[in-house]
Amino acid sequence: MGVFDPIIELSKGLGETLRSFLTEKTVTYQYPEEKRPVRPRFRGRHVLKRYDNGLEKCIGCSLCAAACPADAIFVEASENTDEKRFSPGERYASTYEINMLRCIYCGFCEDACPTEAIVLGDNYELSFTDRRDAIYNKEMLLEPVPTEQMLTPRKVEPGVFKRSVPAMQDPTD
Amino acid sequence: MDWTIWLEWILKGLILCLILLTGFAYLTLYERRALARIQVRVGPNRVGPQGLLQPVAEAVKLIFKEELTPAKVYKVIFILAPVLTVVPSLIIAAVIPLGTSFNLFGRTITLYVADLNVGVLYLTSIASIAVYGIVLAGWSSNNKYAMLGGIRSSAQMISYELSLGLCFVIAIIMGNSMNLNEIVNAQKDMWFAVIQPAGALVFMIVTLAEVNRAPFDMPEAEQELTAGYHAEYSGMKFALFFMAEYQKMIVISMIAATLFFGGYREFWFLKDTIFSVDRFWFLGPVYMLLKVVVLLFFMIWIRATWPRIRYDRLMAFGWKVLLPLSLVLAFVTAVGILLAQELNNPMIIWGIPAVSIACLLAAVAFIYRDLRRKAHGRV
Repeated sequence: MGVFDPIIELSKGLGETLRSFLTEKTVTYQYPEEKRPVRPRFRGRHVLKRYDNGLEKCIGCSLCAAACPADAIFVEASENTDEKRFSPGERYASTYEINMLRCIYCGFCEDACPTEAIVLGDNYELSFTDRRDAIYNKEMLLEPVPTEQMLTPRKVEPGVFKRSVPAMQDPTD
Repeated sequence: MDWTIWLEWILKGLILCLILLTGFAYLTLYERRALARIQVRVGPNRVGPQGLLQPVAEAVKLIFKEELTPAKVYKVIFILAPVLTVVPSLIIAAVIPLGTSFNLFGRTITLYVADLNVGVLYLTSIASIAVYGIVLAGWSSNNKYAMLGGIRSSAQMISYELSLGLCFVIAIIMGNSMNLNEIVNAQKDMWFAVIQPAGALVFMIVTLAEVNRAPFDMPEAEQELTAGYHAEYSGMKFALFFMAEYQKMIVISMIAATLFFGGYREFWFLKDTIFSVDRFWFLGPVYMLLKVVVLLFFMIWIRATWPRIRYDRLMAFGWKVLLPLSLVLAFVTAVGILLAQELNNPMIIWGIPAVSIACLLAAVAFIYRDLRRKAHGRV
């Protein structure tokens, strides 16, 4: 260590900050306009998924409500008919509510679901001005349909959608 | 006395206050943007184009914020302290010349509020008064941390004021006057920072301590003292302390520019060109503004770079390094100028920068030796 090392070190520090001032690009995301994509395993607001044909995956089994440690989910099931079919199989969720103030985003509901109907999505912009607004009902959670004909409930041919849980394609999966 | 003279004084004082107040507002924005840029962020850019209206938004917020007065404070002093801090930071700028003069309605308007023949003395005295507000704020808050902040502040300011005074002396010797106008005009041929670079450097270091800026921001060390002397203040009273601090930064930059960097004058090598203030009066304030902006950038830059130094080292640095060094520099300057006059050889002036830089390096070597001795446990 030389005599003038303190001065050299102090100047090095100044040089480093000046370099970052002059050359480095800012890392800021201008949030509301420019959103940063979330990570693949991010757990955001729930989404109720549909099959490719537009039928709801949720069969109203309430396993998610049972698995939920915060008791945030409420499910009420009703009977499907071929005249008014919401989901394959016997039953569908006529009421599906999640209280977003209670939810801890643990993802247990995702794990419990036998049909992979409930999925924690990538929406993290949840804010309410009223506690009532924190309760998300089925219409708010359900995935939108691409075309008008795919809306549920709808009339289907009798005897086609008998299975509530899809047959397992690959047992080792 | 003519009533128009009074009118002129009042108007000039008002304009100076307005310049400092808006300067303060935009200095906060400048500092935040520059700091952000150094830290690879963007900084406030939402209110107005590029965040230019941010100070307005902040002022509105501070004015409407609740003002809390704790139950056990000494009320009168508690209320008076912010005022005592702000006023000196405003009036200190009165003697600083911002330019030459111009003609308006048949009268010559000079670009300074007061032409004081002991201007430098005025600066030192007002700079010393500023510490009262801080000490009183700390004491009247009836809070240990605020008290500690106030005490630290007074100790630090008194210690560094000696070196500051000696730096003023250097400028007085070189300018052969205490009048700031004459000091500025004496720098027509050469800035004092070139003749006495070490003095200018010491002055800059000392001013950092005087305005409580990093790395000497002991009185308001957030990590140790929550907020220091203004811990109990909120709303507009807090804003006054904030205002005083930033106005002091501006004013001290103006003083530094005036004493060592040619004041409102152009670069010495531009003195006979079209860029001279003797040609166009309005260039004076422009040059002053540019110099202040550059000097302020140095303050921000240093804040972004260096950590706060420990309190005992701060005092040791002030008393054991800066005070002897500035004494020696004042001596070297005086001897150099005297020799140049006695021997009638202006080239001797150039001995001053050489000798003073040698003194500076010697001081650095002394610090190094001291640090090494401490590191090896020998006292």
